[in-house]
Amino acid sequence: MTRYIVMGYPAYAYTGGRPFDASQPTIVFIHGAAFDHSVWQWQSRYFAHHGYSVLVPDLPAHGRSPGIARTSIEAMADWVNAFIEAAGVPRVALVGHSMGGLVALDVSLRYPQRVSRLAMVGAAMPMAVGPAFLAAAKDNAPEAFDMEAVWGHSRGALLATSPVPGTYLLGASRRLNGRARDGVLHADLEACNAYRAPLLDPGTHPGPSPVRPRVLVVAGKRDQMTPFKAGKAAAEMLGAKLVALDAGHSMMSEAPRELLAVLRDFLRGE
Amino acid sequence: MAHSGPKTPHPDTLAVHAGQSPDPATGARAVPIYQTASYVFPDTDTAAALFNMETPGHVYSRLSNPTVAVFEERMAALEGGVGAIATSSGQAALHLAIATLMGQGGHIVASASLYGGSHNLLAYTLPRFGIRTTFVPARDPAAWKAAITPETGLLFGESVGNPSVDVLDVPAIAALGEEQRIPLLVDATVTTPALGRPFDHGAHLAIHSATKFLSGHGIVIGGVLVDGGRFDWIGSGKFPTLTEPYDGFHGMNFAEESTTGAFLLRARREGLRDFGACMAPMTAFQILQGLETLPLRMARHIESTNLVADYLASHAAVKRVHHPHLQSHPDHALAQRLYPRGCSAILSFELEGGREAGQRFIDALTLFSHLANIGDAKSLVIHPATTTHFRMDDAALVAAGIGPGTIRLSIGLEHPDDLLEDLGRGLYASQKK
Repeated sequence: MTRYIVMGYPAYAYTGGRPFDASQPTIVFIHGAAFDHSVWQWQSRYFAHHGYSVLVPDLPAHGRSPGIARTSIEAMADWVNAFIEAAGVPRVALVGHSMGGLVALDVSLRYPQRVSRLAMVGAAMPMAVGPAFLAAAKDNAPEAFDMEAVWGHSRGALLATSPVPGTYLLGASRRLNGRARDGVLHADLEACNAYRAPLLDPGTHPGPSPVRPRVLVVAGKRDQMTPFKAGKAAAEMLGAKLVALDAGHSMMSEAPRELLAVLRDFLRGE
Repeated sequence: MAHSGPKTPHPDTLAVHAGQSPDPATGARAVPIYQTASYVFPDTDTAAALFNMETPGHVYSRLSNPTVAVFEERMAALEGGVGAIATSSGQAALHLAIATLMGQGGHIVASASLYGGSHNLLAYTLPRFGIRTTFVPARDPAAWKAAITPETGLLFGESVGNPSVDVLDVPAIAALGEEQRIPLLVDATVTTPALGRPFDHGAHLAIHSATKFLSGHGIVIGGVLVDGGRFDWIGSGKFPTLTEPYDGFHGMNFAEESTTGAFLLRARREGLRDFGACMAPMTAFQILQGLETLPLRMARHIESTNLVADYLASHAAVKRVHHPHLQSHPDHALAQRLYPRGCSAILSFELEGGREAGQRFIDALTLFSHLANIGDAKSLVIHPATTTHFRMDDAALVAAGIGPGTIRLSIGLEHPDDLLEDLGRGLYASQKK
């Protein structure tokens, strides 16, 4: 991992098993609510060994990064922008999952010079979070992590063979969430629930396609968290290419090879 | 406020289904036996990516195999862990756990109430490789704490000791582990996830001899190592094998690579690769046939064992019965708290008349098989002091709760009336002069 100082605090980022080299095309992967860099294990390491440099930060108060959990998508996007600046990279491709997708979108909208391409995996705009989920997260109740784990996968994944031999996907996801500091899941979910992308407000961003980089939305056909139709609607709203995968919300682990192939085509293509 | 979480499958359902989708190639409903050593790479780029762990998949059946993976994932689901590694035996699972965490200079604090094979490994074999173990009374948390040194990298005990049938206070020892930043490994062979899950009680790692109750049929040798995914390897600072780059695998820092899966990554990528104690696909298939009925079988095992314990406790030829079901057992309350559905189909007892009475007892039995195993559908009997624990000196035997006349029973699935009749015959014979 590498470490930068971002907004006064250390920021840790996984670099795909190779030293970070700012001279190569760079991809920044952003994790979702109460997760950390390791959710991108099966995509980021590949790109780091195939002509790209990758940065997979732990957002503030997530994983190894200390600091204060940001309470809005915009504040997270400001942090990601500062992180990219600290890494000394002028322009990156942004890939975000779920909440991380909203963060990546907001960076693309407000710091368009930073972003060459944008991929949102498991997207919805708005990303409404149910009151029961929010209430459980507010109380740091174990049920909140159960909800994140169960709804974060396709129903079939509860029992299915894992693409990662010997790994129980639901258990791994549940434990990673369970490591989050108290209050982080709730802050993240509240941020998702409250976020309204500026492009939804014609007064702020007039015109048909305010998002400058090329955009990809990857939607899981069996997604229980951000249903496929929400991903499809988000893609239409953004004028983005839509790719459907036969998976639930956690496409990085439920369909790691398929998602990698989609991202590879998108990031390499013209 | 009370929260209602989403519904997840019950253990009975996980035992039948977890880890297996119908075979995508053929639609086979049963778990296919993938009897292959290796797997064709679709192209050179994928081959390189598989070797460098850039993409998941099977490379060589020493590292992973689709049939074995079903067993691993089913066990991880049943235990509430993040993943598992199947091994060629329960002993191999214990060795894999230790070798992943430490090398020369390492130190373990272990319960004195251990299966004889585990005691052999810790007391005699591992010291030759520079790993020492301090054995402490299972029921004395203060002794566990006092035995910890700066080199200690593992706490180890059995959920229910074999054959002494003492119950490990997993929450207390796990809390000590959290305080000292040392993981607790529990051998849960006797309890199985059908009776209690070590991770629910705070343990960090679990092993099983899959030869026993998980299979239930006594036809294979196998083991499994499960990671609860909760231990903070980086925060502990005691485990360079997981938190520093490993030259033997692309300079990988396993804790950076996978926050919750670091331990199993190293165990698979180094331990299975180099020591090679992997499980054969046929073995995994055979264990899975038993695992499907684990919750049903354990309920019957416990029901019959409790009847046997009551019967023996009331018999004039029996000096003492060791089983937590009995109120006289020092761990009765602890067992009820940790294992409300029952905790052991193993029990031991002391006969009036010592060693000779024990021999007459065993020789008179017809239904119980005299052999060195537990957890079979068939009821089993053995005399530990002359068999499974014969390498222990007298002091170690006492520490493990074994006397010269101790008899160990493993209660099977026969009708309990038939078992009681057989035991009655043995007890009568034991007292004949």
